[in-house]
Amino acid sequence: MISAGMDLGTQRVKVVILKDQKIIGKSQQFSGFEPTKAAEQALQEALQQAKLTPKDIEHLTATGAGVNMAPNADSKISMMGADAKAGTYYFPSARTIIDVGAEDARAVKCDENGILQDFVVNARCAAGAGTFIEAMARALEVKLEDMGPLSLKAERASPINASCVIFAESDVVSLIHKEEPKTEIARAIFDAMAERVASMVLRLGVNKDIVLVGGVGKDEGFIASLKRRLGTEILIPEDPIYAGAVGAALVAAKRASRRR
Amino acid sequence: MEKKEAKQEYWRWLEYHSVMPGKNWKNAEIITAGVDVGSVGSKAVVMTDGEIYSWSVMRTGSNSSDSAKKVLEWAMEDTGMSVKDINYIVGTGYGRVNVPMANKAITEIACHAKGANYIWGPTVRTVLDVGGQDVKAIRIDETGKVVSFLMNDKCAAGTGRGMEVIADLLQIPIEEVGKVSLSVTEDPKPVSSTCVVFAKTEAVGLLRQGWTKEKVLAAYMRAMAIRMSELIEKVGCEKDFVITGGQSKNIGIVHRVEKILGVKRLPVPNLEQTGLDPVSAGAIGAALYAKALHEKALRR
Repeated sequence: MISAGMDLGTQRVKVVILKDQKIIGKSQQFSGFEPTKAAEQALQEALQQAKLTPKDIEHLTATGAGVNMAPNADSKISMMGADAKAGTYYFPSARTIIDVGAEDARAVKCDENGILQDFVVNARCAAGAGTFIEAMARALEVKLEDMGPLSLKAERASPINASCVIFAESDVVSLIHKEEPKTEIARAIFDAMAERVASMVLRLGVNKDIVLVGGVGKDEGFIASLKRRLGTEILIPEDPIYAGAVGAALVAAKRASRRR
Repeated sequence: MEKKEAKQEYWRWLEYHSVMPGKNWKNAEIITAGVDVGSVGSKAVVMTDGEIYSWSVMRTGSNSSDSAKKVLEWAMEDTGMSVKDINYIVGTGYGRVNVPMANKAITEIACHAKGANYIWGPTVRTVLDVGGQDVKAIRIDETGKVVSFLMNDKCAAGTGRGMEVIADLLQIPIEEVGKVSLSVTEDPKPVSSTCVVFAKTEAVGLLRQGWTKEKVLAAYMRAMAIRMSELIEKVGCEKDFVITGGQSKNIGIVHRVEKILGVKRLPVPNLEQTGLDPVSAGAIGAALYAKALHEKALRR
């Protein structure tokens, strides 16, 4: 049985092809100005990797902020539902899934079957999402991928107004002029983000195991800050950015088998 | 010849300074100054015997104490006055603890209240102050004392800094955003989030859908105005109502807030003739407090 999941994020589109619950193809593209086109291309690449053609897909489920722009979708699933499914697929012991993407962040609570039970999202503020790190990397004139390693060298965190991306930007500029070490500014940025994300988790209650997914799930600086703040271990899959697409593909497989 | 085109900074607003004509500070008994170092703009007002003598408004740099010195020096430029001629200086604003020459620091809420009372008189009861990084709704009594206030300083939504970012995105000079936003015949639905980061994404999406820049701007300003109005309604909007801070110059915001609240603000006095500038309300209030404090010190 071949199923596909498509996650149209605010920054990237991710596609995963599953064969009997195993990932056999995956691809990601920048959403850009034409998310539908980007999605088509990601699907094509994932199919190539799996050595399949579009006809081989029994069911395609889409998710993400741009779900309504998904091409060829047979059905939809909420981002929270996809997270719950993917989290328990990667780690059967998962009960809390934290998903931090470019502009969205959420904490999801699920049961042992990967069924969504409760969730909290970061509506109306970008300070707890990946775009915060990007904006701060620009202000610090540091490459995005260097932010994490830099923050890990810090002994303390600089004081910044971390409640808002826009305000934090001007604080960072002032700190640079004061010759505050970049390591400590980077640490402050990750600590601030972790604080926001942790507050969502704490509203659901700390239900172990905790899994981190989404594009920011690869950032070691954020991971370190979040672990420190939650005081617990965090499980992270190999390719956390694909979690939404994996969740959608799992749902697609289930829906296809039900239709048979 | 190599021609290099500078990137236009749409967010950059005009800095200004002036001296009241026909006044000589050397005849004054008491000279005081208020220096308001805001997150985005720094303002200085020099008063002779409790009347406005000169003023200046400029962008705050990355160092608050440098900005404080510069803005006060600019207010004294070409007058022959120097800091040592000033009897008492009060610092206020976000960077008030970093005004090195100040004799005392007072919160900007108290200073804006006092300044609004001075600019418009004792009938003012509600002051909306929209600065670079915060929005405040202040209730005041007939003497210009604060009765109660609410502020939002955690989020750039609805602040001057947010307006700068949107002006840059839409490539509309900041001095013109108000007028441009009023060129749409009817306001579209406001953007769904005033978070500047999300609003930027939403604005790009709307432009992609074929919306004009003017319409997108109107949608953002409408959302800003709603946010400000909510804050004012929470503190209670009693007449007379006035607007201070940088956004008092943004007629797009002023019109929309007036429409939502159903209340008109008191008109802005002519700056050249009176020196009464709503943008400098905090610095005016600080200079007035400076006079009172100096007189108190003399009585001792």
